[in-house]
Amino acid sequence: MSAMVELRGVHKSFGGLHVLRGVDLDVRQGQVLVVLGPSGSGKSTLLRTINHLEKVDSGSVRVDGRLLGYRQDGPRLFELPEREVLRQRTQIGFVFQAFNLFPHLTVRQNLMEAPLYAQRRPRAAVVALADRLLERVGLADKADAYPRTLSGGQQQRVAIARALALEPKLLLFDEPTSALDPELVGEVLDVIKDLAVGGTTMIVVTHEIGFAREVADLVAFMDAGRVLELGPPAQVLDDPVHERTRAFIAKVL
Amino acid sequence: MSQGLVEITPDPERPAALPDVQAPQRPLPVVTARRPLRWLAAGGVLVVLAMAASALVTNPAWEWAVVGQYLFAPAVVRSVVVTLELTGLGIALGFALGTVLALMRLSANRLLSAVAWGYVWLFRSVPLILQLLFWYNLALLYPRLSVGVPFGPEFFDFGTMDLIGPLTAAVLGLSLHQAAYAAEIVRGGLLSVDRGQREAAVALGLPPARRLFRIILPQAMRTIVPNAGNEIIGLVKGTSVVYIMALPELFYQVQVIYNRNGRVMALLLVAALWYLILTSVLSLAQHYVERHYGRGRA
Repeated sequence: MSAMVELRGVHKSFGGLHVLRGVDLDVRQGQVLVVLGPSGSGKSTLLRTINHLEKVDSGSVRVDGRLLGYRQDGPRLFELPEREVLRQRTQIGFVFQAFNLFPHLTVRQNLMEAPLYAQRRPRAAVVALADRLLERVGLADKADAYPRTLSGGQQQRVAIARALALEPKLLLFDEPTSALDPELVGEVLDVIKDLAVGGTTMIVVTHEIGFAREVADLVAFMDAGRVLELGPPAQVLDDPVHERTRAFIAKVL
Repeated sequence: MSQGLVEITPDPERPAALPDVQAPQRPLPVVTARRPLRWLAAGGVLVVLAMAASALVTNPAWEWAVVGQYLFAPAVVRSVVVTLELTGLGIALGFALGTVLALMRLSANRLLSAVAWGYVWLFRSVPLILQLLFWYNLALLYPRLSVGVPFGPEFFDFGTMDLIGPLTAAVLGLSLHQAAYAAEIVRGGLLSVDRGQREAAVALGLPPARRLFRIILPQAMRTIVPNAGNEIIGLVKGTSVVYIMALPELFYQVQVIYNRNGRVMALLLVAALWYLILTSVLSLAQHYVERHYGRGRA
């Protein structure tokens, strides 16, 4: 299987804060990678570099074999014009911790915005797609509702459907259940599990160890800007090499 | 205790923390507390209002008949139209330029941001009346205006007096002044939109213009509209400053009339009533615009 995501030596600093200190990562097509780690370890920043929401300081990010945000010419990288970067982003779905639905648009309008105006697909097809996706996340009856009238779990399911509306090659989840009441976590994880079973390539930053064990093909443990451990869930969760990983998992479980 | 109220007595058999669920079957009516001081204050205000009404109605110096005679006089109505034109143009051009300035101010380009800051600083610092006089007397500084390459050749050339009459000078002065305030209002509105909204739009690959006009600005309007409403109402009254340029707007027109007939108070009252009418209509419009942009918010 080909590499869907390939990170090599990724560094990122915010001012004097060195958040990513040389990250290498490979995710193959159809794989689910779950990224664990304490807050401040760089998990979210890592995820945000994978759709160029954050530019890297050095290193390379490739999605489906293509360099993200840059064009290589000999030994140098040239930043792509914004139009090109936006086109690349439409192949990557991103789900935020805080949902970030557009509150002034209805649920259906939220889903239709990107296919219509980023991908320029015909309206009739987009309407059908939106309704199909809402059906898939179990919210067909909420198409004309405004996001604020929905529960947190429902909003996050809409946000997942909105990301899926791009029909992306890759889905990125940034702590998708951390802003939810405990009893709503399950419904969102179920939707993500369904996608995983369906063969969507995804990277999920989360604190849900149970979810990692059940769904992940690969688990990465991050600490202080590095990937400390990477492997199948059984290995990383049950038999970690590093003491740091063991201590974290013991605390979270 | 009055009739109809059920008295709750503690049941010694039950723990005190648990309310007795069996005894009171009927809902307990609520008797609101009396507030005698509030009634007293309301009475006092009524008396003051009555005194004010009496002062307005019984004093013949207000000359209500004259007010009625001039309120819809053709000259006055024409001047109200001029006031509305000045307000409309001032707000439209002011907010158009103000939006551009706000976007410049938020730009990553230092020069654009600095120029926008400098504009706001300059046009907010100089009194409107001075700015108006500068534009009105522009011909003294630059008798001819030309379009061309800076320090280089010129393509067009106009006489300043032909290009900038009193109306143009007034519109120019009002909109450039208004733009400085509008820029800050629009900037505040844009900053009030949650950062995640822009990020979500970027992550979805939406083009910049679509992000601004479909996602960010409509949400910024919730903050912009109340402040813009203030500005519009402020400008309706602010247009009265242009009387110094002998432009026949409402305030200048009533002055012309009372200088002729001496009915000063009655005509000032005519102007006041018109300003009241205009601002009331605008306040009502603002209410509906706010409701429109508030949709989707519980």
